Amino acid sequence: MKRRTFIKRTAPVAALPVLINGISLKSHASSALLRLLAAKAENDRVLILVQLNGGNDGLNTIIPLDQYTNLTTARSNIIIPSSKVLKLNNFDKTGLHPAMSDLQNLFNNEASLNIVQAVGYPSPNFSHFRATDIWLSASDSKQYISSGWLGRYLDDAYPGFPDNYPNTDMPDPLAITIGGVVSPALQGPDVNMGMAISNPTSFYNFAEGVADPVPNTPAGKELAYLRLIANQTDKYADRVKVTYNASTTKTSKFPASGNYLADQLKIVARLIAGGLKTKIYVVSLGGFDTHSSQVSSSGGTETGSHADLLSRVSVAVGAFMDECKLHGVSDKVAGMIYSEFGRRILSNASMGTDHGAAGPVIVFGTQVNRTVIGSNPTIPSTVTVNDNVAMQNDFRQIYYSTLVQWFGLSKSEADSIMLKNFDTLPIFKTTSGFNNSLPAEITQIENYPNPFDNSTAIKFETKGGRVQIKVFDAIGNEIKTLVDKTIAAGSHEILFEAHGLPAGNYYYNVLSGNTSISKAMLKK
Amino acid sequence: MQRRDFFKNFTAAIPTGRAQATPTTGLTKYSGTWGNAQVLHLLRRTIFGVKQSDISTFKSLGLDGAVNKLLAIDNSVPSPPVNYYSNGTTIIDLLVPAGQTWVNSPFNGDLSYYRRRSVKMWWIGMMQNDKTIREKMVLFWQNHFSTEGEIIYYEQFVYKMNALLRKHCLGNFKTMIKDVTIDPGMLRYLNGYLNTKTAPDENYGRELQELFTVGKGKDSHYTEDDVKNAAKILTGWRIDYTTGNSYFDQNKHETNNKQFSSFYNSTLITGKTGASGAQETDELITMIFQQNEVSKFICRKLYRWFVYYDIDATVETNVIEPLATIFRNNNYDIKPVIETLLKSEHFYDSLSMGCQIKSPIDYVLDFCNQTEIVMPSSSEYVKNYNIWGSMQSYAAVMQQDINDPPNVSGWPSYYQEPQFYEIWINSDTFPKRLTFAYLLLYTGTTISGHKVMIDVLALADKIPDVSDPVKLVDNLTELFLAVSVSSGVKAIIKSALLSGQSSDYYWTNAWNAYKADPNDLTNKNYCTNVLKAALKYIFELPEYQLN
Repeated sequence: MKRRTFIKRTAPVAALPVLINGISLKSHASSALLRLLAAKAENDRVLILVQLNGGNDGLNTIIPLDQYTNLTTARSNIIIPSSKVLKLNNFDKTGLHPAMSDLQNLFNNEASLNIVQAVGYPSPNFSHFRATDIWLSASDSKQYISSGWLGRYLDDAYPGFPDNYPNTDMPDPLAITIGGVVSPALQGPDVNMGMAISNPTSFYNFAEGVADPVPNTPAGKELAYLRLIANQTDKYADRVKVTYNASTTKTSKFPASGNYLADQLKIVARLIAGGLKTKIYVVSLGGFDTHSSQVSSSGGTETGSHADLLSRVSVAVGAFMDECKLHGVSDKVAGMIYSEFGRRILSNASMGTDHGAAGPVIVFGTQVNRTVIGSNPTIPSTVTVNDNVAMQNDFRQIYYSTLVQWFGLSKSEADSIMLKNFDTLPIFKTTSGFNNSLPAEITQIENYPNPFDNSTAIKFETKGGRVQIKVFDAIGNEIKTLVDKTIAAGSHEILFEAHGLPAGNYYYNVLSGNTSISKAMLKK
Repeated sequence: MQRRDFFKNFTAAIPTGRAQATPTTGLTKYSGTWGNAQVLHLLRRTIFGVKQSDISTFKSLGLDGAVNKLLAIDNSVPSPPVNYYSNGTTIIDLLVPAGQTWVNSPFNGDLSYYRRRSVKMWWIGMMQNDKTIREKMVLFWQNHFSTEGEIIYYEQFVYKMNALLRKHCLGNFKTMIKDVTIDPGMLRYLNGYLNTKTAPDENYGRELQELFTVGKGKDSHYTEDDVKNAAKILTGWRIDYTTGNSYFDQNKHETNNKQFSSFYNSTLITGKTGASGAQETDELITMIFQQNEVSKFICRKLYRWFVYYDIDATVETNVIEPLATIFRNNNYDIKPVIETLLKSEHFYDSLSMGCQIKSPIDYVLDFCNQTEIVMPSSSEYVKNYNIWGSMQSYAAVMQQDINDPPNVSGWPSYYQEPQFYEIWINSDTFPKRLTFAYLLLYTGTTISGHKVMIDVLALADKIPDVSDPVKLVDNLTELFLAVSVSSGVKAIIKSALLSGQSSDYYWTNAWNAYKADPNDLTNKNYCTNVLKAALKYIFELPEYQLN
C-alpha cells in the first residue's frame, strides 16, 4: 500500500472525545489552537504491549474452575490443584494461577485488571511465527499484511512520519521497544514507526557530513534505511536521556535481578514518569513454548517453569502499576498481556502442552473495567489431541476497542486501521465511541440434542438485538455462520445441520452486544 | 539547528517501499569484467572480513578459480574446543587438563556453561581464520536448523550439532535432515526425546515441515493432521546420555498407520512394530522430499543468505526455480547449487551488490579482519579464546548470539517481512556498532593481558599507494565500503588525512618521514592521528554497514 493512498485525517487528533464549551472538538479541528490542545490530550494516553513469546498456556493461567473435572481428565499431569488457585472477587468460577498474586491484587483491590476469555481468530494457525504475524498485523488467518496494527495507527495519527518529526506536537519517539529489536507490530505501511532502546542513557553521536544521493537500487534502499535510523537515533537520543534522568524509581517492588520483564517495565515507567510523550511501548518475555516440563515433577504442579514465567509477569506488572501510582501517572497507562496462541487442552506425556488456539488476554490499568469478559472455555468430557479452546472473542475486537475506547478514535478511523469493522468489548471505563447500544443479555443458551447425530438445535433467549452464532470444529476452523442478524426479543431456536461432518467435538459461539459465549457440543 | 537542517535534507531523499530497480538477470554464467569490485563482492558474501591481500590472491584465480577455491572446504574434523576455563581456584576441571578438549568427557553441570561458551569462542576463531565458504555455510545452517545451546544444555550435544552442520555444510541436504532429526541436541531442543505414543509431542513434527523442509510458502499446504502424523512417526527416539548418541525405543513408538494429506499425495505410511518402527522416519523424509517445495524453500533461504531478501516474481522465475531444479537434479547436493549461484550473472549484477546489511557476526568479524587486528600466537589459547569470546559477546548484544538464536525460527532478519536485514539496525544496535568501532580504533581493550586495538600504521602500510592521499582514500573506501561514495565524501576523508590542509604533500611527506624513521614520534603520532580520523569517518558512514 502506498502511503499516500492511505486516508489521512486532516488534523492529527480530530476524533477525541474532548468537549470545549460543550462543543465537540471535532468540529473545530481546523483551529490550530484547538489542535494543539487536542494533541496534548491525545498524547496523554500510553499503551504498553506485553508480549509473551512462545504461546502461553491459557488454561493454566486463567483457570476455569467450573470445568475442573473435565480439565483434570484432559491434563492430569499438569493440572493446578484447585485449592491453590487464586480467587477473583465476584468471579468464583474463574481463578488465577497461584504464581500471580500481584495480578490478583490488581483485580481484587486495585480494580485495575480486565480479563478477556478465549481470545483468538477463526481458523487458527499453529505456527509460532505465522501466528505472531497474524497477531501483530491483525490480519485474518489466511491474509498476509506486512504492516503492524499499531504501525498503522501511528501512521494515521502522525501523518508523514518520519519526515518533519520530531516537531512541537510530537517531540518524542512515537513508539519504543525495550530491547534490541523493534517489534513488527510497529511496522507502518512504509517505515517502522518504533525505535529500540535497551539503555536510555547510552547512544552515539552520529557523524555529520556529505550524504550522497540514494540510488534507486536495493543497496540504495538499505542505505536510506541506515540513514533514517542514524538520523532518528540522533534526534531522539537527547529527549530520551533527559526524560529518563528526570525521574527516579520510587517503588521497591521491582526485583533487583532475575526478571527481564520487570527490568523492561522499569525503564518504561521511568520514561513515562519523566514526561516522554511516546504513545506505545512494547516489552516481551520469552519461554512460553512449554512443550515439556511446564510444571515441576517434584515440587507440585503449581511450581515449575510455567509458574516461574507467570510469576515474572505478575510481579513485573504489579511493580509497574505501583510505580505509575507513586508518580501519579497511572490513569494514563494501560497494558495488554497476550501471546501468539494458547496451548492444547490435552497435555502431552512430557508434562507439557503443544501449540493450541484461543487463550486469555489480560488488560491492566486503572481505567479498565474490572471484570472477566466472556465465559470460561468449555472443556468436553472426552478431549482428543485435536481439541482446542474455542474462540469467543476475536483478538482484533480488543485492538479495535483499544483504538476507540483508549485512544479515542472514531469507528470509521478504527475501521481503516483494523482494515474492517469489529464489535467492541467493554474493556475500558470510557464509553466514548462505545456504541454497543444493544441490550447485552442473551441467556438460556443450550443445544438439544447433545450429543447429536445429524443436527442439533441451538436455543437461546434474547432481549432483542443483533445475534451472531458461528460453529467451529475442534481445531478452530469456522464451519458455518448459523445466524447474523437483528432478532426480536424472546426465545429462539436455530438449527445446526451437521450432515457429512466428521464426528467429534464442535463449538458454537454466540455473540450479541457485549456478550460472547462459547459452548461445546458433540457429534456422534 | 544546523544539524537538524542537515538531517532534513537527507531524509527528504529517502525513497520508501521496495526498491524499484531489481536485478532481472538469471543463472547464466557470468562472463563480464573480473575486477576488484567482483572479487570483493564475492568475498564479502562468502568469508568473514576481506583483507587487502585477499583481493589480489582471489583476483588472480579468475571467476572459476576463485569460486572453486572458496568451495574447496576442508572436510576433516577441526580440532575441537578446549578447556580454556580452568583457573585453578574457582573453576576446576578434574578430568580435562587445561588446553585439552572436553568434548569426549562426560557432562559436567558445573562446567557446562564454560564449555558451551568455549564452543562459541572456538567457532568465532574458525570464522576468523577460514578462507573458504565453510563458516558462512555453517552459520547458514545454524540459522536454518536453529537450536539454542542454553536449552540443549548438554555441552557435548551443542558441540555435536555444530560438528554435524559443518560436516554436511556443502554435502547432501537429505542426509543432513535425517541426521538432524535424530541428533541428540535437536531431540532435546524440540522435545523429540520425550515424544511418545501415549501423547505425542508435536514440536519437531511441526518444525520439520514448517521450518526445515517444505516451509510455509504459498504452495506449501501441509495440514495440522500432517503435523500430528509426523509427530506419531517420530515417536520413540531417545537419547543415550552415556554414549551421547540417540537410539530408537520401539516401546515408545506409535505403531498405527499414518495417513497424510493430499499435499503429500495422500501417502499412507504403514505403522511398523519392533525395531523397524525407526524406518518410518526414513519413509517420512522420503515422502517430504517428493515435494518440490523443499528445493524451492531451501533455495529461497540460500538466496536471502547470499544475495538479497527481496524475492519478486522475476527473481523467483529467473533464479529460485532454476536453482531448485539444479538442487533436485543433484539429489539435494548443496554444493552445485551454491556454485551455480556464485558464478551467475545474477550474483555479479550490480544491483545485487552492496545491498546486504551486515549481520552482527559479519560486522564484528569483518571489522577485526579488515583492520588486521593482531591476535596472540595460537599457543596462547586462553588469550585467543577470551578475545574470541569478547567478539562473540559484542555480536550478541548487537542481537546475534551464535548457538543461542532467539528461537526455532532463527534470526528474524532472514524471514521477517518486510524489513528482513534491516531488523539488525535500530536505535539500540546501531550505536553499539559504532561504539565498538570507536573502541577498537581509539582506546583499544585489554583482554587477558593482550591489547586488542587497530594498528592504523600497520594497516595503512598494507594499502597500495599509501603515500598518495588520493589513492589511499580510493583504496580504503574500496576495501571498506561495499557501495561507492562520491568525490565529496572522499574529499572529507582526504581532508582528515591532510588534517585540514589543502596540499596532498602534507600527508605524503608525513608518511614518508614516518617510514624513513619509524621511531620519530612527531611523524608517527601525526600519521596515527590523521589515519584514525579518516577511518573513524569511514566507519561512521552508514555505507559501512552494507555488504
